[in-house]
Amino acid sequence: MAEIAYREALRQTMREALIADERVILMGEDVGAYGGSYAVTKGLLDEFGPDRIIDTPISESVIVGCGIGAAMGGLRPLIELMTINFSLLAFDQIVNNAAKLSYMSGGQISVPLIIRMAGGAGSQLAAQHSQSLEGWYAHIPGIKVAVPYSPRDARGLLRTALTEQNPVIIIEHTALYARKGEVPDGDYAIPFGEAEVIRQGSDVTLIGYSGSVFQALQAADLLTESGVEAEVLNLRTLRPLDVGTIVASVRRTNRAVVVEDDWKFGGFAGEISATIMEEAFDDLDAPVARVCGADVPIPYAKELEQAALPSAQQVADAALKLM
Amino acid sequence: MTQLSEHAVPQDLDSSHLVEMLRQMMLIRRFEDKAAEMYARGRIAGFLHLYSGEEAIAVGAINALNDDDHLFTHYRDHGHALARGVDPGRIMAELFGRETGVSRGKGGSMHLFDVERSFMGGYAIVAGHLPLACGMAFANQRLGNGRIVLCVFGDGAVNEGEFHESLNLAAVWKLPVIFLCENNFYGMGTDIRRVSAVIEVYKRAEAYAMPSRQVDGMNVLEMFEATRRAATGVRAGEGPAFLEAITFRFRGHSMADPEFYRRKEETAHWRDLDPINSYRARLQQHGVIDNGTFEELEAGVEAVVNAAAEFAESSPHPGPQSLYEDIYAEEPR
Repeated sequence: MAEIAYREALRQTMREALIADERVILMGEDVGAYGGSYAVTKGLLDEFGPDRIIDTPISESVIVGCGIGAAMGGLRPLIELMTINFSLLAFDQIVNNAAKLSYMSGGQISVPLIIRMAGGAGSQLAAQHSQSLEGWYAHIPGIKVAVPYSPRDARGLLRTALTEQNPVIIIEHTALYARKGEVPDGDYAIPFGEAEVIRQGSDVTLIGYSGSVFQALQAADLLTESGVEAEVLNLRTLRPLDVGTIVASVRRTNRAVVVEDDWKFGGFAGEISATIMEEAFDDLDAPVARVCGADVPIPYAKELEQAALPSAQQVADAALKLM
Repeated sequence: MTQLSEHAVPQDLDSSHLVEMLRQMMLIRRFEDKAAEMYARGRIAGFLHLYSGEEAIAVGAINALNDDDHLFTHYRDHGHALARGVDPGRIMAELFGRETGVSRGKGGSMHLFDVERSFMGGYAIVAGHLPLACGMAFANQRLGNGRIVLCVFGDGAVNEGEFHESLNLAAVWKLPVIFLCENNFYGMGTDIRRVSAVIEVYKRAEAYAMPSRQVDGMNVLEMFEATRRAATGVRAGEGPAFLEAITFRFRGHSMADPEFYRRKEETAHWRDLDPINSYRARLQQHGVIDNGTFEELEAGVEAVVNAAAEFAESSPHPGPQSLYEDIYAEEPR
């Protein structure tokens, strides 16, 4: 068990995969000579050379499409799309090709492809570099969506993705890359569709994923001051979604707050909320609450950006209103 | 290899191969006529894009490749599948939406797949399959398996960003892929001359530093020779090649197309250049076939197409369990 940073957990896991399997290649913008926009791929070019660690043109659509085709052709491509904001230029490839080829071909084709991208806000990067669009990807049947919170998640989920026969999108969080945590060594993986009860409590369930787990945990600390014991769930994957763990927790606590950086309107928090309503309506003592990003493009100015993002205090306040 | 004169036949092809190409073109034409009939009779629904008039391209190009070279094509894909040897009965069954279809009835006319025959599919987002062809070529290059990729698309694709992204990437990485544009002058109902700054499509590929030429897409032997020459360089590791095949579709964009945008005279002009008639005449002129052979071929494709329709008609519809199958691949590989 070593304590390492989130980005280091990702790099180590990719490095092991590159050593273990000749079919694994890494492609993306500035993944090689530059070392990755968020330094996740630093040093890999030196170790594995330009045939395995491949700098691409700034052409998101053909980067992803090329990854899909290479996966169809027997390779196991790891694609880095720099950020989720740029993934929109590859949206057609992800939605119309990666997600549909198995089905449209009647099961003849599988696409064992991993697409990593950074999401989230908090670094004053303004509206075009600060989005949390993971709910859009979770909406699509045919792909799987992982959203690691901890270094442990980053390693465990990536290791599972590397054994998948299906396209997996891993959405990392820019604010988490430098955060450290304990990561088990060896053959350790986190299966998809298994949420983590990251803190136990009996009074309310706070549900988060990726960066929003951080706000939820802080809110749980705040709530203890009011005598409220919050349970915190770290979803870890959005598709498949671990409905069982969510429902079991709400049955114990009878209250839930969903926390998400993304916009509330039409967002994934609504999906979780509706699922709780469908599966655990009789166990609820209060309506499910949602604490989400403000319904605005993310602004640049620090105080405006902070006001647009969910805070621990907002989460705690929302929980107290349910009591 | 020199370009063929207008009336010659390639000396290194035996007559059975020359006749087989005529048979394939006739099969495609007859298959498409039957598909139109079945659409009119309500057996086929959705969009149905017929390849009639463009047969020389698929047959010439695909016969110039190895059987395990990969094909990616667009949604007007019946001709390419038939030229690759995909079972006509299973294609028709796919059009009928039956369980026995090549894609289990889940793809339909626009999404034929037969991976065993390296037929990697028909794609219905214009230019969306060009990046996949690059990726398959990339895998072939890495695996050193000697296989190349043929990627077919229409003139409508050349104004999509993915066209330019793909040509650039293929050239930079010297990928073993032949890009083949079927230029029939109309992107659905819009004349290419109204929406393209440069209407000679092959010139656009020249901007990406790859060998590129225009070919008579109504002439199967020219298509064969041009593709064979391109494939030689591509297979030798020289990087991608580009072919622009000039052609015309004899029918509307799809069965839903009333063709308000094309003049009857234009269609009539191109029908005079019918690729099957001209090839038949050439083979007869060289004594490769006679009228009797032609009639035998006609009877043969008629029987194949009728059997395909009967197979489709008698095939089971997909069961309800099929709805949730194939969304994810289950088996590790």
